[in-house]
Amino acid sequence: MTATRDKFGRPIVVVTGMGVVTSLGSGKSDNWKKLTAGESGIRTITRFPTDGLKTTMAGTVDFIPVEPFSSTDLSERLGEVVAEEAIGQAGIGTKGDFPGPLFLAVAPVEVEWPQRQELGRAIGTSSEVDYDAMLRVSGGGRFAQYHRRFLFGSVADHLAEKFGTKGSPISLSTACASGATAIQLGVEAIRRGEADATLCVATDGSVNPEALIRFSLLSALSTHNDPPEAAVRPFSKNRDGFVMAEGAGALVLESYEAATARGAQILGILAGCGELADSFHRTRSSPDGKPIIGCVRNALSDAGMASDQIDYINAHGTGTPENDKMEYLGISTVFGERATQIPVSSNKSMVGHTLSAAGAVEAVFSLLTLEHQRIPPTINYDIPDPAIPFDVVPNKARDARVTAVMSNSFGFGGQNATLILTREPV
Amino acid sequence: MTETTSSGPATAEVWITGIGLATSLGEGLDAHWDALNQRRINVDEKGFAPYVVHPLAPVNFDTQIPKKGDQRQMEAWQRIGTYAAGLALESAGIKGNKEILARMDMIVAAGGGERDLAVDSNILNSEGNSAPGFLNERLMNDLRPTLFLAQLSNLLAGNIAIVHGVTGSSRTFMGEEAAGVDAARIALARIAAGQSDIALIGGSQNGERKDLLVLYEFGDFNLTGKFAPIWSRRDKSGFALGSGGAFLVIESRAHAEARGAKPYARLTNVVADMARRKQPGEVTATLEKLWSKVGKLGNNAAIITGATGAKPATSEELTFLSKHPDFPVRASGTTFGHTMETQFPLGLALAALSIERGALFPPNDPTGVEVEMSKPPAQIVVIGTGHWRGEGMALVEAIK
Repeated sequence: MTATRDKFGRPIVVVTGMGVVTSLGSGKSDNWKKLTAGESGIRTITRFPTDGLKTTMAGTVDFIPVEPFSSTDLSERLGEVVAEEAIGQAGIGTKGDFPGPLFLAVAPVEVEWPQRQELGRAIGTSSEVDYDAMLRVSGGGRFAQYHRRFLFGSVADHLAEKFGTKGSPISLSTACASGATAIQLGVEAIRRGEADATLCVATDGSVNPEALIRFSLLSALSTHNDPPEAAVRPFSKNRDGFVMAEGAGALVLESYEAATARGAQILGILAGCGELADSFHRTRSSPDGKPIIGCVRNALSDAGMASDQIDYINAHGTGTPENDKMEYLGISTVFGERATQIPVSSNKSMVGHTLSAAGAVEAVFSLLTLEHQRIPPTINYDIPDPAIPFDVVPNKARDARVTAVMSNSFGFGGQNATLILTREPV
Repeated sequence: MTETTSSGPATAEVWITGIGLATSLGEGLDAHWDALNQRRINVDEKGFAPYVVHPLAPVNFDTQIPKKGDQRQMEAWQRIGTYAAGLALESAGIKGNKEILARMDMIVAAGGGERDLAVDSNILNSEGNSAPGFLNERLMNDLRPTLFLAQLSNLLAGNIAIVHGVTGSSRTFMGEEAAGVDAARIALARIAAGQSDIALIGGSQNGERKDLLVLYEFGDFNLTGKFAPIWSRRDKSGFALGSGGAFLVIESRAHAEARGAKPYARLTNVVADMARRKQPGEVTATLEKLWSKVGKLGNNAAIITGATGAKPATSEELTFLSKHPDFPVRASGTTFGHTMETQFPLGLALAALSIERGALFPPNDPTGVEVEMSKPPAQIVVIGTGHWRGEGMALVEAIK
């Protein structure tokens, strides 16, 4: 009989269901086909006018409509789609009755411009519009639905109700590491023996004018608007920023024991998680790379693995000048000479940066890499950056023997998280 | 739904060894203890009339956030939280202790999203004659680049890492009152299970915000007109937003003893659930269920609740409390207002402080729900019932 605990005596955590939506499409099959074909999901924005904007493209998910649009409504809808796919594949519980807690990575929620403009219209033209006037028209039940909608906990509340997860659902944000953190919380709960199964969902539908402008004002976004497909250029010398994108990823995690007891198909192992925060700056990494190095080492140590056991790195690879440089510094410090040999590719070159969802979207792609033994490429890699001599799997997918993947997520605000996923228990 | 609990195979005992409070009553534990014993309440009925809010008492941010540049990068809620976090680290005796801070875990319960009210108002006033791209142009020109970071929920934790050097991990939970419960629940579970040795938990809110009032006004939750204590709001339901930060340092007993730390109290258990609240009575029933799980209670036990004052949740909680008349009750919301994500950590802080001082602070309630407690409390149950969603309870105990 196979051991159900890892070398540290903790329950082994396995993946039994996955769901994904990105700008490439809905579901694992469509995404994997396009990802390994090197297709880009980045398009010129049509959702709202882009007049006057420096960046006019994004990886929007327009094929799953929500009416009327709000980023929070889209986040919730994408979360539903991926949770449904993941739970369906896992075949766990019964409809509307998932036997474990929900961990949700979601962008911070706030009232958006269409609602604010609606308040403005409710005030009318007879009075100056300010927050006092807005307050005067807000009460009385006319806008009660916006209280429900724009609570920070609202997306988790709805997903918990729809899928019947147990207990208090957790909504979390660790910026661009959020998706990985949601998975880490699920892993920890199973290791503690609190739950046999957890539903980990990460979702982001943030492409609205203000969010785009906020990132633009931080000079974080690419302005390679034409053609949009060529905008995200991770690890290239001419990279100039990330591209905002929408998407969602979900994993059903279970203890190995519970999964095998119910005869579930095991899609992969969540072997290790690491995190370490950076205290250097709000948007920049510590120049010595220590937090990234420490984060990667923490994940290896949590998995009880050495760096030479990793066959592929699913990079954070945002395509900002800063991130890609720091990611190379971190990886080369930990991996030594192997840093230039091990394949390191960026899914974001094709799907863009799905922000709060990225860690989970890329965990799904990492598991599909293990399943198909095929590494998705880094596209738009035409001018290598000599300072980053990674094997980025340039432009074309590659068949390879992959037994263990490291997936990195590094966020604004200094939040770093790394996951290690394997085919078999280690 | 079944509750989530931090018990399980957990073994390590967890102590509260640091408390940081900066609220409408002032800053620091002595100031809070004195004010609570004097039944002092700092409330503003005029500045945001007809809405009632509890303003932050003046604090000198320089003492915990020495760089003005750091302060400028934060909106008020982040400054309050970063300040209170510093007080908690100081109280635990680990401020500046790089070895511990570098491996200290952090879970912050955060809201966020402070708006630039002038920018929003100007844009809305220009509606009607707006060309396509008008919104873009105004936002591109008028939004301060740094405002984004000052709004982001996870940047309170980010600022605590930058200013105080807490970097073992940095997690931000969102979701109003429940975020505060879950921050404590997960941090406790991790330490109890040996996944962590020491953690900083807490949250902060700036209640003096019209954009926040708008969100709660949508649901008619704001207290208007004249201030009244929580249990006196039966005829006029609502909460008064509070301003404040509450942070705690919790650690395993072994870790605390090894460094010679003095505990305030033990954090024995945190349990949470989310009633669907579709039928009357669900909140009462969920609180009963959590009560049965939170731990065995003896004779000298009390309750500190974060009840908001808004119906129907507070009425249902009152029904629950009326079934447990042997336990003296205090509503933190009367004194501090409703600090949302921060209300549960604030309750934990007041519980630990009361246990350490050997007395439950006096009642502040004309209705008789709150009664005197003459004996020192040995156990305090902290209750957090969300105004819309989420129920939680913690057991804080004296260390014998």
